[in-house]
Amino acid sequence: MTRSRFFVLVNCLVWLVVSRPALADVTTDIAGLAAGSTKDKIDAVERLVSGGNSNAIPVLKAYLNGNLFLVKSDGAAVIGLPVASGVRISDARDGREIGIVKKSTLKKIRINNRLRKIVRSALGGMTLLSKNRDQRLTAAHDVFKSRDAGMIELLKTAISRETDDTVRAAFKRSLAAIQATSDNDPAVRVAALSILAEFTDQDVRALVSSILASEDSAGSEVSRAAGKALEQIESRLQARNIAASIFQGVSLGSVLLLAAMGLAVTFGVMGVINMAHGEMVMLGAYSTFIVQDLFRTYLAAYADWSVLVAVPVSFVVVGLIGVIIERCVIRFLYGRPLETLLATWGLSLIIQQLVRSIFGPTNQEVANPSWMSGATEVVGGLSLTNNRMWIIVFAMIVFVLVTVLMKKTAFGLRIRAVMQNRAMASSMGIRTGWVDALTFGLGSGIAGIAGVALSQIDNVSPNLGQAYIIDSFMVVVFGGVGNLWGTVVGALSLGIVNKFLEPVSGAVLAKILVLIAVILFIQKRPRGLFALKGRAVEG
Amino acid sequence: MTPVNVTVGPVTALILRDRGAATMIVILLVAAILVPALNLLVPPGSFFYIPSYVVSLLGKYLCFALLALSVDLIWGFCGILSLGHGAFFALGGYAMGMYLMRQVGDRGVYGNPTLPDFMVFLNWHELPWYWSGFDNFTFAALMVVAVPGLLAFVFGWFAFRSRVTGVYLSIISQAMTFALLLAFFRNDMGFGGNNGLTDFKDILGFDVKSDVVRAALYFSSALAVLAGYLLCRFIVASRFGRVLVAIRDAETRTRFLGYRVEHYKLLVFVVSAILAGIAGSLYVPQVGIINPSEFSPANSIEIVIWVAVGGRGYLHGAILGAIIVNYAKTYFTGALPEIWLFMLGGLFIATTLFLPKGIVGFMTKIRIPDRSNTTRSNAISETAGK
Repeated sequence: MTRSRFFVLVNCLVWLVVSRPALADVTTDIAGLAAGSTKDKIDAVERLVSGGNSNAIPVLKAYLNGNLFLVKSDGAAVIGLPVASGVRISDARDGREIGIVKKSTLKKIRINNRLRKIVRSALGGMTLLSKNRDQRLTAAHDVFKSRDAGMIELLKTAISRETDDTVRAAFKRSLAAIQATSDNDPAVRVAALSILAEFTDQDVRALVSSILASEDSAGSEVSRAAGKALEQIESRLQARNIAASIFQGVSLGSVLLLAAMGLAVTFGVMGVINMAHGEMVMLGAYSTFIVQDLFRTYLAAYADWSVLVAVPVSFVVVGLIGVIIERCVIRFLYGRPLETLLATWGLSLIIQQLVRSIFGPTNQEVANPSWMSGATEVVGGLSLTNNRMWIIVFAMIVFVLVTVLMKKTAFGLRIRAVMQNRAMASSMGIRTGWVDALTFGLGSGIAGIAGVALSQIDNVSPNLGQAYIIDSFMVVVFGGVGNLWGTVVGALSLGIVNKFLEPVSGAVLAKILVLIAVILFIQKRPRGLFALKGRAVEG
Repeated sequence: MTPVNVTVGPVTALILRDRGAATMIVILLVAAILVPALNLLVPPGSFFYIPSYVVSLLGKYLCFALLALSVDLIWGFCGILSLGHGAFFALGGYAMGMYLMRQVGDRGVYGNPTLPDFMVFLNWHELPWYWSGFDNFTFAALMVVAVPGLLAFVFGWFAFRSRVTGVYLSIISQAMTFALLLAFFRNDMGFGGNNGLTDFKDILGFDVKSDVVRAALYFSSALAVLAGYLLCRFIVASRFGRVLVAIRDAETRTRFLGYRVEHYKLLVFVVSAILAGIAGSLYVPQVGIINPSEFSPANSIEIVIWVAVGGRGYLHGAILGAIIVNYAKTYFTGALPEIWLFMLGGLFIATTLFLPKGIVGFMTKIRIPDRSNTTRSNAISETAGK
C-alpha cells in the first residue's frame, strides 16, 4: 500500500518538476490535514506536494515535527515555534512572521505514524527532485546521513533524471550507502561497496569501516569487499592529504616569498637587514584598504577590481616611503650593519604607532573581490581556496618581474654591479648612492605589493608586519643573499616543511622545529643555501 | 679621531673612565644602603620616606641594569649583537619562578599540596620531572646560573664554531628567543603557558610582599649589579678582555694572529648569559610574575637600545642607559602612553645617528678635547717658557 502510494507521489513530483502549476490555496489543504480520515489526510499531503506552493516544504516539515497549528479564532493555518513567552507563529501560506501568541489560542494539527512515513518520503522527494541544485545536493547528503531504506526508489528516479554530474554522484553515493548497509542481497551490497570505494571522503570511510566492523564472518563476500573498499578509500585519502599539505605549503611559501623578496633585494645590495620591512608590508596592506575605500565611495561598480589598482599604488607609495627612509636615515649608517638594524627597528616602532594613531588599533576589513573568494574543487574532492591560489600565481608573477628587472635591465645591472663590488662600480661612474636609494625603494615597493596580497588572507592591523618579519628573516638567512632563487627555494621549503610537520606535531611545535632547523642549518652554511662567493663575503 | 686624541687622549680617557667607574661604584653602594634605609627606618609621613613600591621599581631598574651590563659585555667589547638576550633573562626568571611556585605549597587557589595551580587546572596528576628539586633554594639558584649558561654554551658553540657573525648571528639569536617564546606559550610545556608563573607567597620562608623582603631584594639587586660591574671591569681590563676588543675590531686579523676566536667568544657569551639569568632571577620576585612575553624579540631589542643610549663599550654607560630609558618608559607609559613608542623609536634612530657612543661617550667626547687642549696649551707654554 505504502509503496503504491509512493509511486503516485513520485509521479506527482515528476509532474511538479516538468510543469509549473498555478499557486494553490494551501490553507484548504492544511485544513484537510486537520480533519477527516487518514486517507483524506494522505490526499491532502499529496495535494500539498503537487500544489507547487513555495512554502509547502516548511509546512510539511512543521507538520512532521508537530509545529503546524490552526488559529482557533479564524481557522488560519500557522507554523509555530514554542518560545518562553508562548508560541512564535508565522503564516503557513508565505512564511510571513505574525508574532508571539499564547499557546491556548492555537489548535495543534496532529499526525500519526503512517502519515509521518508518507510525509517524510514526500519531503525527501521534494528536495531530491527540487529545481534548486544546492537543495538537491543538501538532500542527497541528508539521505546519506539518515540511510532511510524507503528512499531507494526515489533516489533511483532522481539519478535517472539528474543532469548535473556532481549531484548525480552525490545521489549515487547516498544510494550505495543505503544499499551497502541494509540490503538483504549480499551481491547488491558488494556492488554498492564497490561504488562507495570510488568516493574519497571521511564520511564514506567511516561508513565503510563501520560496515567492516559489523560483519560477523571475516571471510564473507561483503566483508572482503568492504575491506578492499576501505583500503582504496584510505590510500586515496592519504594521497589527497599529501596533495593538500603540498598546496598549503606552497601557499604559505609564496606568502613568505612575497614578504622576503624585498628583504633579499635590500639585504643583498646593502648588507643591511631592514627591521622595518614588516611595517612596509603593513603599509602596503593599508594602502590596499584605502584604495578599496576610495573605490567603494567613488566607483562602487568597479569595487571588485580595486585590488588590481592597489598593486601599483602600494608599490609606488611604499617604494617612495622606502626612498625617503633611505635618504633620511639609512645612508648615514652604511658600513655599520648592526646600527642600521637598530635604527630600522626604531623606524618600525614609529610606523606602527603612527598607523595605530591614524587608523586605530583594530583590524580593518579588506574584502576579497568576488573573483578571489570561494574555493575550487580539483580532483578527488580536494578543494583549494581561490584567494590562496591567486596569491601563488601573484607571487610567481612578482618573482618573474623582479628577476627580469635584476637580470635584463640597465637598472638591474647597476644594482648587481654595486652588490658585487661597490668601489669598482663607483669608479665606473655608477652613482652608488642613488642605486642604494632606488634599491631600497624597490625592496620596500615589493614589500608593499606583498602587503596587497596579505590583506587578502590576513587581518589588516598595525601588527600585521610583526607576524611575518621573523619568518622572512629565516627565509633570507636560509636561502642566502645575492640570488633570488635562494629566496624562492628558502620560502617554498620552509612553507612545505612547516605544513607537513603541522599535522604531526601541531602548528606551534612545527614552527619551533622549523626555527631550530634553520638555526642548525646556519651552522652548516653560515651564508645560506645560495651564498655569494669570493670577496663579497667579507664585505 | 683627531691627532690630539691619539697623543694625549688615551691616558686621559683611561683616568676618566676610572673616575666614571669609581663614581659608579660609590653611587651603587650608596643607593644599595640608602634606599632600603629610607624605606624601613624613616616613618611613612616623613619627607625622606621612600614608599615600598618605589623600592621595588628601583630594584626592577637595577635588574635591567645588570641585564644591560651583560649585553654591553658582548656587544660593546666583543662585537656580538645578541637580539635574544631576553631569553637568558627569562630563563633565569623562570628558574626562580619555579622555586617560588614550589614555596606556595598548598596555599594555592586549589589547595593542592604538590601541584601548582595551573597544573591542577590543566588536570595534571603529577609534577613533571623537570620540576623536581626546585623546592630547594640552592638547587634553584644553581639552575638560575646553569640553564642560561648551558643554552648560551650550546648556541654559542654551534654559532661561533661555524663563524656565524654580524647580522646573521643577530637574526638567529632572535629566532632562538622567538622559538622559546612559542614554546613557553604552550600549556603542555608545564611552565604555566600564557599566564606564566605568578601568585608567589614566600621566598626562603619570608613573605615575598613584605617591606623587609622587598628591601632585601632591592639590596641584593644593587649588590648583584655591583658585583657584575666589577666582574665585567675585571674581564675587560684583563688580557682576555684585550683579545675580545681585538676580535670586535678585526676578527679575521685576530684569528690570523693565532687566537682561537671562537673560544674567547664562547666564554664571554656564556658569562654574559649567566649575568642575564641572575638579573632575571632577581627580577621575578620583585615584579611578582614571569610569563612568556619576556621572551618576545621586541624585549630583547629594547635591551640593546638601553646599552646604545647609555654608551656601548662603557660599562657604566650600560647601567646608566638601562636606568634612564626605563625611567622614561615608566613615566611616559603612565603620562602619555601613545607617545612612548614614538619616543622609543626615535631613541633608536637618534642614538644610532647622532650618539653612536651613547650618553657616556658623548660626555667623554665633550670633556676630553677641553682637557687635552689645556694640556697641550700648557705644554706649549712650557716649551715657550724654556
